[in-house]
Amino acid sequence: MERLTFDLATTSLRELNTFLHTDAREGKVEAVTVVNPDGAHNIAVGLDCPITVEVVGHAGYYAGGMNKSATITITGSAGTGVGENMMSGKVHVKGFASNGAGASAHGGLLVIEGDAGLRCGISLKGGNIVVGGSVGSFSAFMAQAGTMVICGDAGDALGDSLYEAVLYVKGSVKSLGADAQFEPMTDADIATVAGLLDKAGLDHDPKAFKRIASQRSLYHWNADANQEY
Amino acid sequence: MCGIVGLLVKTPALRERLGELMVPMLIGMTERGPDSAGLAVFGQPLPESERKISLYSGLTEDGADFNWLGLGHELKAHLGVSAQVEAKGNHAVLSFSLAPEVVKRWVKEHYPRLHILSTGRSIDLYKDIGTPAEVAARYGFAGLKGSHLVGHTRMATESAVTPDRAHPFTAGEDFCLVHNGSLSNPNGIRRMLEPRGIRFETDNDTEAACRFLEWRLREGDDLEVALQKGFEELDGFYTFLMGTPDKLALIRDPFACKPAVVAETDDYVAIASEFRSLAHLPGVKHAHVFEPAPEEMYVWNA
Repeated sequence: MERLTFDLATTSLRELNTFLHTDAREGKVEAVTVVNPDGAHNIAVGLDCPITVEVVGHAGYYAGGMNKSATITITGSAGTGVGENMMSGKVHVKGFASNGAGASAHGGLLVIEGDAGLRCGISLKGGNIVVGGSVGSFSAFMAQAGTMVICGDAGDALGDSLYEAVLYVKGSVKSLGADAQFEPMTDADIATVAGLLDKAGLDHDPKAFKRIASQRSLYHWNADANQEY
Repeated sequence: MCGIVGLLVKTPALRERLGELMVPMLIGMTERGPDSAGLAVFGQPLPESERKISLYSGLTEDGADFNWLGLGHELKAHLGVSAQVEAKGNHAVLSFSLAPEVVKRWVKEHYPRLHILSTGRSIDLYKDIGTPAEVAARYGFAGLKGSHLVGHTRMATESAVTPDRAHPFTAGEDFCLVHNGSLSNPNGIRRMLEPRGIRFETDNDTEAACRFLEWRLREGDDLEVALQKGFEELDGFYTFLMGTPDKLALIRDPFACKPAVVAETDDYVAIASEFRSLAHLPGVKHAHVFEPAPEEMYVWNA
């Protein structure tokens, strides 16, 4: 397997991303290592081939955004919008992630071993997110499809205005958002959580998670609700 | 959008290198704030009876050619005070043994276009329009020494791009604040403070936050109590970083709309809007790096 290293202290980010969009796509290398990312924005965005990218250090905004097919690992922390709008593949953050992680992801798997900031999985559209730590407030806001597994705690208004995405939380939930509700765990839920934990490489008892899904009471306009939900 | 940076050195030897370590932090935030930059640096306090003020002459007719030594002579002639003058271009720090109100009143009467940047025993303040690199070079930021500092790079959204609307803002003595974000109730805060005799110098929203918090401190609140009242009264988006002679403090609004990241080692605490401003710091690869939570108070002692 051929592996190429890009040092962002001496090579421009544009050179790296251009390589990932052209040579890498043509199958010239199987793996790329990025050293000295130093918080640069837009590292390995829009990838469209089954390459492996390891970012050694802290990434800035939108790392691995719009990812398709690639496997991207960030050994440090990730800034705002890591893995946003991912289509497939995997983005794995070993440290913590800032706000809006996995926002609007259509597919693929986002793993955050540490804590995630606010609005994690906002408007999730089919992707899967596993957070080893806790998530901030307003996570999974208006999440439409996909699954979130949260091994720590959740902040305020978890799953506000949730559609058909399903959330699993092991720790405490500070508050649920409008229309989100706890539901009993079925065997199928336990299997789903077990499968995602396994893919994420995290060791937790899948039976210890609680299921949160939509009450679907916001799906239809209710003139008698008086704006109280 | 704006960038904030803060640096507090724990190792006394690093006080000599405070400015040198900070300049890349400030320049790292150029994309977030290319129109103005500034910083407040806190050093060894003057004796109890002395005060210093930082002054900016860029708005006067003479600009960077302002006659600072002449100003010193006039203060001697009119007020009988021997002021020590440290001047560089359009900026000077005047130190003296007199009530600062007396000196500031005289300056405002005789040189109304001279802008008073700060007052205190520990604080020196610099701010101007231009890119962070230009402003840093203009005032020799790399040579600054001290225990901690608060810096800012501005991309104006709430008021015009002028030197007096750049950050940090100050109020009272030895207190400054920088802000990334925008407040939605600055005029309400002004209407509450102005009848109490608190005067504003600009129409900038950050000035309202700065004067509100300094007012609470002056009324006897400790920093934590003042910040708690800030959470209750100040509405909008903010990451605030504040400096006092012995503390750096940081708060973020409940929605964490504006970023902040902290890197802490045995030698220093460094704060910035984004990690890319911290990446050059010595030992940062092994630092404890974390994101401050919304609606939490973070206070570091110098």
